[in-house]
Amino acid sequence: MITLIPRQSASTGWQIATPVMAVLATMVTGGLLFALLGHDPVAAIRTIFWDPLFGPAASYSRPQLLIKAAPLILIASGLAIGFRAGIWNIGAEGQYIIGGLTGAAVALALYPLEAWWLFPLMVAAGLAGGWAWGMIPAMLRNWFGASEILVSLMLVYVAQRVAAWMAFGPMRNPQGMGFPGSRNLQQYPSAANPELIAGTGAHWGVVAAAAAVLATWFLMSRHIRGFHIRAAGTAPRAARFAGVRPQTLVAFCLGLSGALAGAAGLFEVAGPAGQVTDKLGVGYGFTAIIVAFLGRLHPVGILLAGLLLALTYIGGELAQMTMALPAATVQVFQGMLLFFLLGFDLLTRFQIRRRARA
Amino acid sequence: MMIDPLSVFLLLISASTPILFAALGELVVERAGVLNLGVEGMMITGALAGFAAAYASGNPFLGFAVAALAGAAISLLFAALTQLFLANQVASGLALTLFGLGLAAMFGKPFEGVKAPAMPIGPLRINWIVWLGLIMVPVVWWFLNRTRRGLILRGVGENHEAAHALGYDVRLTRLAAIAFGGAMAGIGGAFISIATVLQWTEGMTAGAGWIALAIVVFSNWTAPGVLAGAWLFGGVTVLQLRLQAAGVAVPVQLLSMAPYLATIIVLVAISARQKYSRRAGAAAPGSLGTNFHALR
Repeated sequence: MITLIPRQSASTGWQIATPVMAVLATMVTGGLLFALLGHDPVAAIRTIFWDPLFGPAASYSRPQLLIKAAPLILIASGLAIGFRAGIWNIGAEGQYIIGGLTGAAVALALYPLEAWWLFPLMVAAGLAGGWAWGMIPAMLRNWFGASEILVSLMLVYVAQRVAAWMAFGPMRNPQGMGFPGSRNLQQYPSAANPELIAGTGAHWGVVAAAAAVLATWFLMSRHIRGFHIRAAGTAPRAARFAGVRPQTLVAFCLGLSGALAGAAGLFEVAGPAGQVTDKLGVGYGFTAIIVAFLGRLHPVGILLAGLLLALTYIGGELAQMTMALPAATVQVFQGMLLFFLLGFDLLTRFQIRRRARA
Repeated sequence: MMIDPLSVFLLLISASTPILFAALGELVVERAGVLNLGVEGMMITGALAGFAAAYASGNPFLGFAVAALAGAAISLLFAALTQLFLANQVASGLALTLFGLGLAAMFGKPFEGVKAPAMPIGPLRINWIVWLGLIMVPVVWWFLNRTRRGLILRGVGENHEAAHALGYDVRLTRLAAIAFGGAMAGIGGAFISIATVLQWTEGMTAGAGWIALAIVVFSNWTAPGVLAGAWLFGGVTVLQLRLQAAGVAVPVQLLSMAPYLATIIVLVAISARQKYSRRAGAAAPGSLGTNFHALR
């Protein structure tokens, strides 16, 4: 008989090993899945995980890595803080969309004004929009005890419809000949979020993502608020006796993760996406949840996990083009990754022993 | 605008059926003390598997049977993670939703653009599966409140330590509940693809699984409450569609928010009641969302 003995504290070695194991297990299972679908498994795995960085078309796909990783890391950094405290913001996708809309709204309202302060103002509006959208579930939980999981998730569907309404209605480009979608912000110099260093894909969102990693690391390991958050997650009763107010944490965590998601949305709308469309949300908010868990809710881990999942996005697109694999392959991979991670996590929290028959 | 009340009622119970199935299943799961946030993933799996089977065989009822099996099968992934590997239930449920949506999108490609076989109409112009959903309400109520197994299931959900001490198998009970929840979500999803939309499109459950989760809270964890919640939701959906058809001067995108906003409002109202009312109190199972690990 096998028996599980809970560890006093999570094993550090396994905490680092299990994400790696989860990635390897995903590759093996993914390979089997491809074989099942009639593709060469080795070629498929190489196309997804290797070719985007070192393959023949790598010079095109490499910059994409930072473009895709930036929103994931930015959003996941915020989510991880809440997850540490047991506050589940599942609606980052909605906060991302609203942040993109509020940020773009500033630019579209001031068009064609050119000023150095326009882009910073848009970032502020994006942060504020995401923050406000995140504060809705926070306040509804604090005032009425409504589940922040369900409210934040419902607000994703509401945000998607707001985006569609904006793209077809108020924000439609007046010179767009009736096509839905706003003006292209990339062609509006003061509002554009350009590539800062040619050929790297690095735009202001990448800078913000790096800053978010540093700032959340500081918050969680050097600041009293971070200590409170960790305390509330591991020992809620003890935290309350220490004077941590759960309501403050709910508002702080949902507000912060909302603001970061909103900023990610703004950087996307003003940069790679370029305009407000009804397809503003592309799932970064959901993938970021996987990034947060795969990164062990730790800033450095999130940085690495964000890059890896960005790789699967690019690799997935590549596999779609070269091997005609379905676009949803990436989604399946990401889901599998989280499954394996959660399963292997057993090793960090429990020791496995063989039980002697009494 | 003339509205025939009977036809509106028929539309309402039809619109509420997917949610009713999924929420009844999740009700049993939560009464066993498990919070499975993967309802959306199980519904979309059922929607695709059911549609594929109905299309291939030409028999919609076979489609529903396959959908139930597929929903139960994929729910076992969640069951394994939470019951054997003792993984966090919130994270595992989310993983199930993300995985299910991806899997269905991946395998659904060949079924895009084909039409489902026609459903035979049941008694009183009401679809057979709608009838089945309505019948499941008293069945689930009876099981939970009037049978020995239902009592054990509630005991496991209320206090798993005590249930374990009495010699009941907590894990097996929860495993069975999760599989039932998966089967019900699968049928609910298949109702959307086979009986409502009549075709397969990616992401067609559009949050129905999440609304079902909210309705379980709304129901205060009772079967009649689930029916009331599902009908309320169905009513809002039908009203919204009617207003769209009538050409009200409100953008379609804003009208289509109605079900989600209604869900939030209802959730807030009921949570406030559970929080502040001295008499009612929350009827949430005591062990909801916590994992059980027997040390002895």
